[in-house]
Parts: sequence; structure tokens; C-alpha cells
Amino acid sequence: MSDNANKTDKPSAAEAALLPPVDVVEDGGGITLYAELPGVPKDQLVLQVEADTLTIAGEIRLAMPEGMESSHVEVNVPRYRRVFTLSKELDTQQIAAEFDKGVLRLRIPKAAHAQPRKIEIRVD
Amino acid sequence: MLYRNLYPRDLFAELDRLQRALQQGGDVSPNIRGGSRGGYPAMNVGGTPNSVEIYAFLPGIDPAAIEVQLEKGVLTIAGERRIEYPRNDEKTTVHIDERFAGRFRRVVTLPDDIDPNAVHARYRDGVLHVSIARAAAAQPRRIVIQ
Repeated sequence: MSDNANKTDKPSAAEAALLPPVDVVEDGGGITLYAELPGVPKDQLVLQVEADTLTIAGEIRLAMPEGMESSHVEVNVPRYRRVFTLSKELDTQQIAAEFDKGVLRLRIPKAAHAQPRKIEIRVD
Repeated sequence: MLYRNLYPRDLFAELDRLQRALQQGGDVSPNIRGGSRGGYPAMNVGGTPNSVEIYAFLPGIDPAAIEVQLEKGVLTIAGERRIEYPRNDEKTTVHIDERFAGRFRRVVTLPDDIDPNAVHARYRDGVLHVSIARAAAAQPRRIVIQ
């Protein structure tokens, strides 16, 4: 990746970003998403839901001593970003988020009308 | 003489493969140990005249469960990461499964001038930061001319 990516400060959609690894698990009540954003403090995490698009983004802040020169770099862009398209039955008003030790846990419940129901069959 | 390729490649399959390769860091043939560069966890290494700084990206782990060992100038970071989903029943479906799970071990060879007794390890926001001071004798000194 280019060095320029490390020098800019303003986050924008055009900027280079790392794709955080995620797990997405669905059960009857909704979807749980786990995303890994190590190095992102809580105040640098950005979660956005716009229409049916969920954006997870975060800026990496590492405590580096003054004058440090990198000799080997694997995490070479200081930010993460990933976008997901949500489906209609998910209730975006009820999203709950937890962020601990670089792992984000998002719980997106299904809207009440979309919860699975067992349909009883009556035989007359 | 030119021969026509009997098995032309499917352009879309090639694009797909290329895209996957790019996402994995541009390495087309992966390492036998899986990662295209170093494996898990990802690491950044840097240094100042007074110290060597190592950052291991290890989110969501109990810091007490990470083994950090320094032996003969070799730093080892090892441990195990378990991933469990609450309410796991037969109705649970895993749609995407990208996070690393299992045992990991990474080894870094340190420069000769480090002081093995001056090591600090800190875990913050899912990053393990190991800072090792360089031996005082190895630090650049200004030599006074008499």
C-alpha cells in the first residue's frame, strides 16, 4: 500500500482502509455481527446505519514512542472500514452495540412481524 | 511457433481469483502456513534509539492468557483464541466466519542490543504492545574529545 495513506487525517469513503474480519451469526431473533478492529479506541469507532446500509469504521490509534521508525509493518493503513447491506426484516432502530478489547458485537434484531412463527395446521 | 491455448481461462473466474488475491494482500500464492505474510496475529515492529517496539493485533483475548516469552533474543507470542457464540442452537446459522480461532504462535528475532530485563507488555484496545529497552551500553553516546 502507498505511504500516502498514512499521512491523511480526514476520513472519507475514498480513503484506503483495512477490511476488518467479521463473523455473522443468525438465529431466530436476529443477527449478531462480530467485527475485529484491534487498535481502535472506543471514541474512534463509527457505526452508521443509513437506509439499509450498515457502515463500520474506526481509526487505529497506537501508543508509539516519539521518533519511532517502523521496520516491519503488516497493519499498514491506520483505519478499518466495512459496509454491509441489511435486509428489510431487520429492525435497525433496535441495534445494540458493545465494543471491548477491539471486538465489536452488534445485535440486530428482526422486526416483530418477521420473527419466525409456527403456523398451526388445523384438520377439520 | 505459436500454439493456441487448449484451455483458455475463464475471464470471470480469473477476475474473481485476482480480487481475492488482492484482498489477501496481493500475494497470489499463499504461504503453506496460510497467511500471505506472517500469520496470526498481525504484527508491526518499530524501534527508537532507546527501545524496540512490537505491536501484535490480538483482539478480544484475555491478556492473562497470552504467553509472551523472551529467550536468547527471540520473542515469542503464543496463546489460544476461542470463539463462542451465545445462544447456539440448531436454528443458528453462521453466514460469515472470518475471525481467527485456535492456537497461535509468532516469533520475532530481536536485535542484539536489547536489554532482556527491561521488557514492558501492555494490552489495550485489542493490541498487545511489547516494549523492550536497548542496553544502555549500546545507545549512541557523544564522545567528548579531550
